[in-house]
Amino acid sequence: MAVVFKRTEGLTDAPFHYCPGCTHGIVHRLIAEALEELDVLGDAIGVAPVGCAVFAYNYFNCDMQQAAHGRAPAVATGIKRARPQSIVFTYQGDGDLAAIGTGEIVHAAARRENITVIFINNATYGMTGGQLAPTSLVGQITQTSPYGRKVELQGYPIRVSEMLATLEGAAFIKRCSVDSIKNINDAKASIKKAFRYQMDEMGFSMVEILSTCPTNWGLSPVESMEWLRENMIPHYPLGVFKDIEKGGGV
Amino acid sequence: MKGNEAIAEAAIRANCKHFFGYPITPQTEISAYMAKRMPRIGGVFLQAESEVAAINMVYGAAGAGVRVMTSSSSPGISLKAEGISYIAGADLPCVIVNIVRGGPGLGGIQPAQSDYFQAVKGAGHGDYKMIVLAPSSVQEVVDCTFDAFDLADKYRVPVMILGDGMLGQMMEPVVFPEKSPKCEQKDWATCGTKNKRKPNIINSLYIEPQDLERLIIARQQRYNAIAEKEVRFEKENIEDADIVLVAYGTTARIVKAAYEKARKNGIKAGIIRPITLWPFPEKIIAETAQRAKAIVCVEMSMGQMVEDVRLATGGACPVGFYGRAGGMVPEPEAIYDVIRRYV
Repeated sequence: MAVVFKRTEGLTDAPFHYCPGCTHGIVHRLIAEALEELDVLGDAIGVAPVGCAVFAYNYFNCDMQQAAHGRAPAVATGIKRARPQSIVFTYQGDGDLAAIGTGEIVHAAARRENITVIFINNATYGMTGGQLAPTSLVGQITQTSPYGRKVELQGYPIRVSEMLATLEGAAFIKRCSVDSIKNINDAKASIKKAFRYQMDEMGFSMVEILSTCPTNWGLSPVESMEWLRENMIPHYPLGVFKDIEKGGGV
Repeated sequence: MKGNEAIAEAAIRANCKHFFGYPITPQTEISAYMAKRMPRIGGVFLQAESEVAAINMVYGAAGAGVRVMTSSSSPGISLKAEGISYIAGADLPCVIVNIVRGGPGLGGIQPAQSDYFQAVKGAGHGDYKMIVLAPSSVQEVVDCTFDAFDLADKYRVPVMILGDGMLGQMMEPVVFPEKSPKCEQKDWATCGTKNKRKPNIINSLYIEPQDLERLIIARQQRYNAIAEKEVRFEKENIEDADIVLVAYGTTARIVKAAYEKARKNGIKAGIIRPITLWPFPEKIIAETAQRAKAIVCVEMSMGQMVEDVRLATGGACPVGFYGRAGGMVPEPEAIYDVIRRYV
């Protein structure tokens, strides 16, 4: 019988620990399929963050390193400089990448570090129980902004893709979402493209993926997808912010 | 050759082709030397955006199986402490140089030994140790650098070379050993599975207490083996000595002048100079404490190593201390006066 669908070789058999309705699982699979389809699983070295994806090293079927909170781009730099032929990626959440690790991500992009970053933006700190993140929306209620994010107190959310796209070292920056089949397919194509840029040594590539956190948002999985569409996408528009193949720019 | 440059050249000859650093006085010559040499030999010199990033680059490169080094000075080592803890927790080999300056805070830029606790007792969190080598001449800097890489690989631990501003800036003739560097097979490293083996994972997270304790105990056993086999020190005339001086690094050179004057004046003095600060040469100090009238510890700090000396003596003899701080260097005359007080 012809095989029409099979589990990707890019994932191990370990069951995910993620909450029901969380989009980490979808994104893991997209990355794994991309690595497998590009035939680079055997060359891939991933860097797991601190946050909900801290156990990512158990799920990807390739060599993995676990990094301290925010430091994944620096760890990835060390790996890539030691093993330039490898395909090196980091998997980071918004607290990891846009708060404690802001310095590391900005300079990895500025250095034209030839790595790929998968940035999960769910506007909250998931693992520690839903605190205010640098990407939490104005008015968003979290454990540490119980009266909603107020600009006078906590300022404004950071649009990371737009910010990094201003750097000359960035080759490909795109924001995607996994709230629909269409967007999931687009996210996978974008991840593949980001890896291809790394394979062609074109510089820093990042795919930001708008994600849900039903547990900490206090919504059902379906309501979470709706909240993402109604609140996150208007503030974090989907699309390409940098692509040096098309001459750069948004 | 300058002490700092000798470290850099010795590291390259020990097959270290990857260096990640951040500028700070008084260790800048190490980075400058690496920046010049590495591109010529196909190596990597990278100036990171911070000390924090630099040590995490070291973590990544060490995990990918190459010999790697970073260097800094006191405030920078405080920033690296997080990464050092992760490196120890993931059992990664690397070499970290601390050319110590006065502290706390920004302190000063003159030589000091006030980072002994930080180096020996662990700067970062958790149950871990670093091998700490404290050379006292530029030649010994070279020898220690070669050994540091071998020890790091052999035991899969971070190794620190603890110098001070004086040693880093001092110029002395050196001979580089002709030996070819050992290259350990690192089958645990992450360099891609090539679809031929199971994935390797570099990690320090163990959420099950039983697993974490098992690993900590296994690591402790490795530390015990290091403590048994790798203690290094130099001694001079301690067999008949009434007063035994204990000092390391450049302070040991100054202490030697006071010791010579004491001997000339008929005082039976001796010297113990620890070369490994961890593992600490506690056995020889314990033995000496049984015979000597007193042990006098001299440091460029307000008294840090002296605590380990006291522990080693077990109270068998009085332990005196003389220290200067903040970049002030002890003078032989002052040390001699302290010796006389204990005769």
